[in-house]
Amino acid sequence: MLDAPLKILVVDDEAPARRRLRELLEDCAGALPLVVIGEAASGRDALDLLGSAAADLVLSDIRMPDMDGIELARHLLKLPLPPVLIFTTAYHEHAIAAFEVHAVDYLVKPVRVQRLLAALHKVPRLRPLSDARLDRLPATARRFLSVTERSRVVLVPIEEVIYLKAELKYITIRTSEREFLLEESLTKLEEEFGARFVRVHRNCLVARDAIRGFERHVSAEGDAHWEVLLRDVPEALPVSRRQQFIVREIGRENDT
Amino acid sequence: MRIAAPGRQQQTMRAIINQKPYPPRLPELRNLGTVLRILLAVNGLALVVAFDREPSWEAFSRVWLDTTAIVEPHVLANLLLLYVLAPWLEHMPYRTGVIVIFALNLGTTIALDAVLAMLAPEVVSTGMARHAVFSLLATGLLLGYFHLRTKALSPAITEARLQALQARIRPHFLFNSINAVLSLVRAEPRRAETALEDLADLFRVLMRDNRQLAPLADEIELCRQYLNLEKLRLGDRLEVEWHLENMPGDALVPPLVLQPLLENAVYHGVEPSGSPGAIAINIFLRRGQVHAILRNPYTFSGNHHAGNKMAMDNIRERLALHFDAEASLETRAGKDRYEVHIRMPYRPAPQLERVHA
Repeated sequence: MLDAPLKILVVDDEAPARRRLRELLEDCAGALPLVVIGEAASGRDALDLLGSAAADLVLSDIRMPDMDGIELARHLLKLPLPPVLIFTTAYHEHAIAAFEVHAVDYLVKPVRVQRLLAALHKVPRLRPLSDARLDRLPATARRFLSVTERSRVVLVPIEEVIYLKAELKYITIRTSEREFLLEESLTKLEEEFGARFVRVHRNCLVARDAIRGFERHVSAEGDAHWEVLLRDVPEALPVSRRQQFIVREIGRENDT
Repeated sequence: MRIAAPGRQQQTMRAIINQKPYPPRLPELRNLGTVLRILLAVNGLALVVAFDREPSWEAFSRVWLDTTAIVEPHVLANLLLLYVLAPWLEHMPYRTGVIVIFALNLGTTIALDAVLAMLAPEVVSTGMARHAVFSLLATGLLLGYFHLRTKALSPAITEARLQALQARIRPHFLFNSINAVLSLVRAEPRRAETALEDLADLFRVLMRDNRQLAPLADEIELCRQYLNLEKLRLGDRLEVEWHLENMPGDALVPPLVLQPLLENAVYHGVEPSGSPGAIAINIFLRRGQVHAILRNPYTFSGNHHAGNKMAMDNIRERLALHFDAEASLETRAGKDRYEVHIRMPYRPAPQLERVHA
């Protein structure tokens, strides 16, 4: 392991920044065996790339279109062997302050070759960022949910999610096409994406814009309950007694 | 910039400015803001006079109408005369200007009264002496007010300069640009040179005295240099459409009135999007007004609007300091487009300066 060259992925939305980092890595190559396995222009491209090639280290910018660096860090954890992540940033006051507090590794652009080399030497001793540590960083809501399938990270854009349903150990993500299994907590998901989803049941969050309407059912024993009807999928989901107020609330929104 | 201790920087700058007190000057007599203030003040005074004469409510409104019927023609005639003579008055020393204005007002008051006395003797029955006194009093109060206002605003203009400095380039842009230039040094040294020159020019403007108005053409040049640097970083993701066919390049505008808006457009409109985004800049002269319209793509993400608002407020304030009510800045956020519309009075730069330039 010690003799194998360090496999590095460079992630930045600006081509010149990627080129600069590559140049510097070449400068380091004499002092430390390394290989750049690729470049990506966004977190999303990086995950694509990592599906077919493994990396020991990801050097990633923070502010990027499609998927920023902090979200990338979360999805990296779904890989069978998550790489170490070091952020590169030009200036990002808030994030940097939090990085300092939580000992998240970062390099400031323009990066000096000595600083880069020192960081590379540290890599074998570093652990991937844990979810607990990522939770403490100032981040906006993710744009994707991610699941691992055949050792690849599959991204599900949050706009495509129709509902999230907790079942035993897993959460089922339902899109118009299929289902995915996610290992996260429904409460945390509700906190992160609160505005987008509404809780219809103790175990179920439904995307507000996927709701087509509500239907009232009366069972043979005479018990009545509501079901929520959804766009694009046939199944109807029960609304719990405790959450019944949403029927009127959302019904009114749809009327206006 | 944020790197230097801002407190000390501001202090030294205040000290420098305090050595040169702002000279008193006559109000801008052709400015809509000035005209409105005069109208309001004179009518306010008339109200006080009417109230003084008839404190009971029923009679009061009648007396007030009578008073304004006399005051209005006077004030309008005076404003018209001052409007016509404004360019001539502007070049006078302050004291002479004040005396001339007093004389003019007294003159029009008496002349108008004479005319009114012939046309409708019963209206002007209360006597010309009262009108003359009222007119002189109003003129004196207003000139005093405008003098104090100029005085009060002169630190504000200093402040405007400070704000222009604080409407600074985002550190994010500075460090990313330097990083981009570094990436060129080895492979394309000549492009690196140009980029550094652009960066130097940009900072020269940012750090100079930005209190005085500057030709629009200079601002456009600055914007081009800025966008060149952004293009270096963002490549094909940044597209710029210029529509300057009817732009009056000699119009005087507050420095850094457009560049911060472009910076916003890049930061909020182009950078967050993976696909190419076009910024359109449309500047033209219409009916004596300079219009600048900026459009950029826009995706709502809700977390970056504080910085945007700060830049807008800063520009709005500087526009108000320079042009009062004659300039405006409006923004419109559509579904996927963001538009900023600036309107300023057209004030051409003196020809002489352009010869040297």
